[in-house]
Amino acid sequence: MALWLRRSSKHIIKNLMYSNYCRNNITTKTTTAASFLNEKADVVSPVFFVGRRFESTKAAEMRIDPQFYSSEEDEDHDDLLNQGMDFPGGKVMFTSEMSFISEHSDKRIPCYRVLNDHGEIVSDESYQQVSRELATRMHNSMITLQVMDTFLYEAQRQGRISFYMTSNGEEAVNIGSAAALSYDDIIFPQYREPGVLLWRGFTLQEFANQCFGNRADYGKGRQMPIHYGSKRHNFFTISSPIATQLPQAVGAAYSLKMDNKKDACVVAFMGDGCTSEGDFHAGMNFAAVMEVPIVFICRNNGWAISTPVSDQFRSDGVVVKGPAYGIQSIRVDGNDALAVYQVIRAARNIAISEQKPVLVEALTYRVGHHSTSDDSTKYRPIDEITHWKMAKNPLARFRQWIEKNGWWDEERDSEARNTIKQEVIQAIQVAERMEKPSLLELFTDVYDKPTNDLQEQETSLRETIQRHPKDYPAFTYSL
Amino acid sequence: MAASIQSLAAASSLSAANSIDSKRVHASIPGRKASFLVVRSDLRGSNGSNLKGHRVGNLVTNAVASPEAPASASKSGHEVLLFEALREGLDEEMQRDPRVCVMGEDVGHYGGSYKVTKGLANKYGDLRVLDTPIAENSFTGMGIGAAMTGLRPVIEGMNMGFLLLAFNQISNNCGMLHYTSGGQFTIPVVIRGPGGVGRQLGAEHSQRLESYFQSIPGIQMVACSTPYNAKGLMKAAIRSENPVILFEHVLLYNLKERIPDEEYVLSLEEAEMVRPGEHVTILTYSRMRYHVMQAAKTLVNKGYDPEVIDIRSLKPFDLYTIGKSVKKTHRVLIVEECMRTGGIGASLTAAINENFHDYLDAPIVCLSSQDVPTPYAGTLEEWTVVQPAQIVTAVEQLCR
Repeated sequence: MALWLRRSSKHIIKNLMYSNYCRNNITTKTTTAASFLNEKADVVSPVFFVGRRFESTKAAEMRIDPQFYSSEEDEDHDDLLNQGMDFPGGKVMFTSEMSFISEHSDKRIPCYRVLNDHGEIVSDESYQQVSRELATRMHNSMITLQVMDTFLYEAQRQGRISFYMTSNGEEAVNIGSAAALSYDDIIFPQYREPGVLLWRGFTLQEFANQCFGNRADYGKGRQMPIHYGSKRHNFFTISSPIATQLPQAVGAAYSLKMDNKKDACVVAFMGDGCTSEGDFHAGMNFAAVMEVPIVFICRNNGWAISTPVSDQFRSDGVVVKGPAYGIQSIRVDGNDALAVYQVIRAARNIAISEQKPVLVEALTYRVGHHSTSDDSTKYRPIDEITHWKMAKNPLARFRQWIEKNGWWDEERDSEARNTIKQEVIQAIQVAERMEKPSLLELFTDVYDKPTNDLQEQETSLRETIQRHPKDYPAFTYSL
Repeated sequence: MAASIQSLAAASSLSAANSIDSKRVHASIPGRKASFLVVRSDLRGSNGSNLKGHRVGNLVTNAVASPEAPASASKSGHEVLLFEALREGLDEEMQRDPRVCVMGEDVGHYGGSYKVTKGLANKYGDLRVLDTPIAENSFTGMGIGAAMTGLRPVIEGMNMGFLLLAFNQISNNCGMLHYTSGGQFTIPVVIRGPGGVGRQLGAEHSQRLESYFQSIPGIQMVACSTPYNAKGLMKAAIRSENPVILFEHVLLYNLKERIPDEEYVLSLEEAEMVRPGEHVTILTYSRMRYHVMQAAKTLVNKGYDPEVIDIRSLKPFDLYTIGKSVKKTHRVLIVEECMRTGGIGASLTAAINENFHDYLDAPIVCLSSQDVPTPYAGTLEEWTVVQPAQIVTAVEQLCR
């Protein structure tokens, strides 16, 4: 009998140790020494447990009685199953070997990709074929994004709009992720994801209207260019300070959880610089603790204005930060639209079915300047920019693949570019000519109804304009 | 935390000192559609408490059970402490609207550091009364995101001072997103918590954040001072479509008062007439109301007749009620707990000067705390807060 117990206890305990390190289950039972050795114990429950709010977590010493295993059966003497202790937060095994966890692992986390540089599929069996329709739509959208960026950037240079930010080099992250989501998924963007809005049906005219801040702008001319927002596209209005959208995204995901919505998740975008902000930490931690369906997508494009990632953080990119919060993470080649599509599809499924957060780091490169107020040649070599623009162009790679499939050709490409170019130019011209919002819109939407003092301020402003019409721009005449 | 709760017990002595006027004056503001209606409730009435006036939408007429109902009660209503009144308001709103939820540190099973959310987690579940990790910027942001998606969160800051960490979210997002999104997204959050100078809580726990927040466009600010207005303002704040910051005071949580059984909602933009008078208008809010009322007793004995108004609405000011009073008395004294520089009193002085300059017989006097961090030592702390004696002196000087 004793022999049986001896072997079985070791067996049970070895299983436990295995599960300790390989699984991450949570159980709310307190396990005691007795239950381990209970022969009726078919439950080899893993030993992480969440401290229940109401149970006091007494630090219990758990020691396997030496009589239950003899020394000749022991292979190692520093067998970890010597002692463990129930600290608040879970059971921890002791070790008598002092070792610091290294700040870097030997190898960097590898990056998932599907298409190689020549547009050939190199992925594993988990790859799911993308249809011709979807692929051509994706390519079309990437072209649209690129062309729109080019012309609106030029418009700023010509002084027609005050500001613009391009997404050059990041088209694949934009469109690849957008294509993998459903229209019910709520998007909390940072500012370099207009492609997601484009995919959902925001027209070129609507983009131009926002940039010109005219009467047709959904934001009523109140936000800077590229700070798009559209409730009907589930795209939440962009706010300039970075990372503020992350805790808000968690709040939205919490609201989905409250509503018990099983078919939608929240997607929050961020850049590499954003991960230094306090709100990043806060948002990630909350998402993990609240167990909400959210996918965090970090566009690690190497630069935060002039700050390279080596000055931004010292960790192995952003993907390793996920596990620190207890969040599943993956790294993907952000210039490979197919890979991004696959990964976001999978991440979304995890978030929704398991109701927990996922972190995706998409490695890419910011080919353009940070914005029209920036000249990135001042802080980075031009050949680096050219290399990523030409050799590592996400559109080129995707195009090679769809051309190989016979779904695309040179003619279609130039035709698409021409058409879109005409549309964009037209949209800009129309937006430019359209009236600006009326004076009334200066005071509405501050509250649901203007307060007394706001009404007073409006009256006072109108009086001033009437008294000095020449000092005010012509368009305020049509109040 | 235990120390502060014990010190609160001392504050209940305040309730004996003040006489809570049971008649609430209903002031209507012309030209502005009131979102909520003040229900006049005459607690001394013997004809029971009938709801006079209009009904708002779906007013639930469930009577709140009174904890003690003596058989031969001539008074109707039930007695509550201020934190219980806040809880009642919160509870009623959570029952009425399933979108209302609470988030903050220790609000769940612990019941909140000041017991405002006690019992709610058991009633509505862990998800609706959410315990959060310690990150004010995070749960405030979370509340904003949830609000934009359709919920109505009530965000509790354990102490107003900690909400400074959430200033970015409150200023840059909470106040602005309704505007910058062109009206597409509304943010009906309520941000509440205790602030003000307590009993020896130290500088960081004695912040008066109303002065920092008052500039933020897009938010409304109210300060409660009695159990009656605490419950009414809590309900009004939750029902409002705008983000509202509800300022409570650490020392007022144990005030006791008899409040009506039937449902009532107060207006967020109205001031409260505490004591009508003729000689001088004293404007105050939150805890200073009690110091003013104490001074008023002395003043009445000395032959003065002060009119005391609890401004309640810190943003925007109820200039109608205030103006009416100034036109009657021609003298204004502002008593506040904020610092001298940039406090609510400073803004109020400017507003009154601008609007009612012709009606003033004397310059406006504003009594406020000095521009120092609140010290810990009891004597020092007492000297930074305006005391009744100062108020009496100020009125005497004003009315010469």
